[in-house]
Amino acid sequence: MNILFDERLDGELVHRDKAEVLSDIQQAVPTMTLLHREEDLRPFECDGLAAYRVLPMLVALPENLEQVEALLKRCHALDVPVVTRGAGTGLSGGALPLEQGVLLVMSRFNRILSVDPDARLARVQPGVRNLAISEAAAPYGLYYAPDPSSQIACSIGGNVAENAGGVHCLKYGLTVHNVLRVDVLTIEGEHMTLGAESLDAPGFDLLALMNGSEGMLGVVTEITVKLLPKPETAKVLMASFNDIEKAGRAVGDIIAAGIIPGGLEMMDRLAIKAAEDFVKAGYPMDAEAILLCELDGVEADVDDDCETVRRVLEKAGATQIQQARDEAERAMFWAGRKNAFPAVGRMSPDYYCMDGTIPRRELPRVLKGIAALSEQSGLAVANVFHAGDGNMHPLILFDANKEGQLALAEDVGGKILELCVEAGGSITGEHGVGREKINQMCSQFQADEIRIFHALKAAFDAKRLLNPGKNIPTLARCAEFGAMHVHNNELPHPELPRF
Amino acid sequence: MTDLAINAADRDISEHLCDQVRNAGETRTPLRIAGGNTRAFYGRPVEGQPLHMAEHSGIVSYDPVELVVTVRAGTRLSVLQAALAEHHQMLPFEPPSFDESSTIGGAVATGLSGPRRPWAGAARDFVLGTRIITQEGKLLRFGGEVMKNVAGYDLSRLMTGAQGTLGVLADISFKVLPVPTASHCLRLSLSLEEALHKLAALGREPLPITAAAWHAGELFIRLEGGESSVKATRERLDGEPLEASFWASLRDHTHDFFKRRDDPPLWRLSLPPNTAPLALDIPQQDIFYDWGGSQRWVKTTLDAATLRKACQAAGGHATCYTPQAQGGAAEPFTPLNSVVEKYHRRLKAELDTHAIFNPGRLYAAL
Repeated sequence: MNILFDERLDGELVHRDKAEVLSDIQQAVPTMTLLHREEDLRPFECDGLAAYRVLPMLVALPENLEQVEALLKRCHALDVPVVTRGAGTGLSGGALPLEQGVLLVMSRFNRILSVDPDARLARVQPGVRNLAISEAAAPYGLYYAPDPSSQIACSIGGNVAENAGGVHCLKYGLTVHNVLRVDVLTIEGEHMTLGAESLDAPGFDLLALMNGSEGMLGVVTEITVKLLPKPETAKVLMASFNDIEKAGRAVGDIIAAGIIPGGLEMMDRLAIKAAEDFVKAGYPMDAEAILLCELDGVEADVDDDCETVRRVLEKAGATQIQQARDEAERAMFWAGRKNAFPAVGRMSPDYYCMDGTIPRRELPRVLKGIAALSEQSGLAVANVFHAGDGNMHPLILFDANKEGQLALAEDVGGKILELCVEAGGSITGEHGVGREKINQMCSQFQADEIRIFHALKAAFDAKRLLNPGKNIPTLARCAEFGAMHVHNNELPHPELPRF
Repeated sequence: MTDLAINAADRDISEHLCDQVRNAGETRTPLRIAGGNTRAFYGRPVEGQPLHMAEHSGIVSYDPVELVVTVRAGTRLSVLQAALAEHHQMLPFEPPSFDESSTIGGAVATGLSGPRRPWAGAARDFVLGTRIITQEGKLLRFGGEVMKNVAGYDLSRLMTGAQGTLGVLADISFKVLPVPTASHCLRLSLSLEEALHKLAALGREPLPITAAAWHAGELFIRLEGGESSVKATRERLDGEPLEASFWASLRDHTHDFFKRRDDPPLWRLSLPPNTAPLALDIPQQDIFYDWGGSQRWVKTTLDAATLRKACQAAGGHATCYTPQAQGGAAEPFTPLNSVVEKYHRRLKAELDTHAIFNPGRLYAAL
């Protein structure tokens, strides 16, 4: 089922003449860069989900708050939708433009406003890159904890929009746990500060609500993040297994031993091969699965924990256990994991990355299900897994130039996510719903729950102008999607019209 | 499931609760949601028909290896904590408990967190999912029982601390953590200025500190972590040993500071880390610094406007914790600015159109 915006299913948009909108906004915000020629718009037609491309009507590149405010006010008055974009690295199409909409690009808001080492926080603009925050904090022995794989390129504004994670979430949390305050502009152009530099703020926790809301409730214009002291040391153990289920059980055994690793990652045979071919990380090519377990903290504790984990891994049936001897080897072990996506990209013309989460105990069942789907479809699937927090990234390999393969890959992906939901998990752990998983939202939530999401959206954006069509499906879309997924012969939402 | 959990009252009355809410919605009858009724003092008084949550209790599921527990809102905090302790796990946000009848639902609805807050996170940071009773009397599920879940808006965290003004919390899933293997508490004689300076310096290092407070010339610190790091830090900081129960007395307000009779109202000042002492006319013995200085308990007859002005200037806010006390503030919570308030009202109007959920508990308009 096509995921591009479909007004029949996703709701009608106001159609305005491009020249009229252009001249209106130019007049209202004359100093702002506003792109309108096709060749200028082209670079913005997609984000990290490059399989989907839409040329926006206009691209706005503001550089100060007054411009953003004026732009939003005009769009609100004209009923023109606004899709906000950061660095454009998102993997779920959260910043996929609309033909009828303005793409608001926040990349020029790229200044670190302050770093306060004694209060351990940093104030930054939304276009600042994730890694740049840690770099600015490094001279004080501090860092910003969430580290999505794209951290060299992705922006903190996008991280807030998607509630981005990374490989250290089990111990250090997601973006929502590490942001203290955001300044927001509403679609009506009003300024709001949510959260505070203090550890709580009066009223509802709108700060938590803003994290992961995919640019649908407001435009984030400034962010205050928490900084942590850099752990004194970090050590990595790599364990090989001849059976992926054994590796899965070992993960539970580590947690049961009372240890919360800084990172705990799993890769299956295909992912190991891809990574090894690409970065020569020293991974064992004969293993069915490897676990990377990073322990961080104070030197003496880490040494104790390494010993405990080693014993647990031996007992769990690891065929080989290696501890990185030095920082260089540790970096190599991680290089394989952090480059797993591009590594898989070298093996196949295209790949499709999923992001489901499950309770860890369901891992064997879900892996079997994925293997069966892979076999049925004939598409290879490599599994990379934030094992500690149950976040799976199956990578479906396909060739978009071959007739029907993209659709097949999407179909397999959708089924994998439904498998995660059945196992008690979620369709997305950290990449967000965006446009990509809009249909699977209908599997995860009932109509009444989706109605609550729409009610919440209406409180902030009654005209549905901020990023329409993302994150929350319409009930009409779910009815259409459900029609293709009839369970027990019961048609979901029989009251709704179908297309 | 543990024996202890099974022995605890295990009863699902969600259907009955849904009926009551539906009925209240149809008849436009305001509800006053009550668990153990131990936190009723916190906030504005609510006029309404009581919705009793205490019977809706029991641990729905607990898998220590997954680090996830799901409980019904009426479950007593003590019961949940005992079940977790059997597996050497805990609720990391250390919720205060003001009486044996305190429930987990009340702890989440008020969103209060104990001394570990600055290092571990707040109540909302450990809420993974909820089942909520909506204004139509429907039981809906948001979030889940997995560590990472970004599907849809984060209703569960929005409900945390909303004091039941947006819906009824029926079941809650938490992330839990292992109890640290080693622990040591100590006290140091230090002036306030020296203590705040020391905490700022220590805060920049990766030390196993999980609580820090200052009162009447003494800095109190709790160390928790691995054996080796706790030992090393203990030796480095020196100091006299301190009973571990000190932190529970601070958390639950059973410490002598909170117990004196005929006290002026108790205020909770929430301030950015490393905020200097505020220029307010309050004797030092009437202030208790918790959260490494970010949360300050103050007994004072100063008026709300004066306190709030000083806190706001420092980037924080002030809550009158005992609004019923002689001289307590009519508005316990810092008023919101007009734009933020507008969106609070709109949200309330969407999720609680007829104002049946704890109306007025947070603010008159909500």
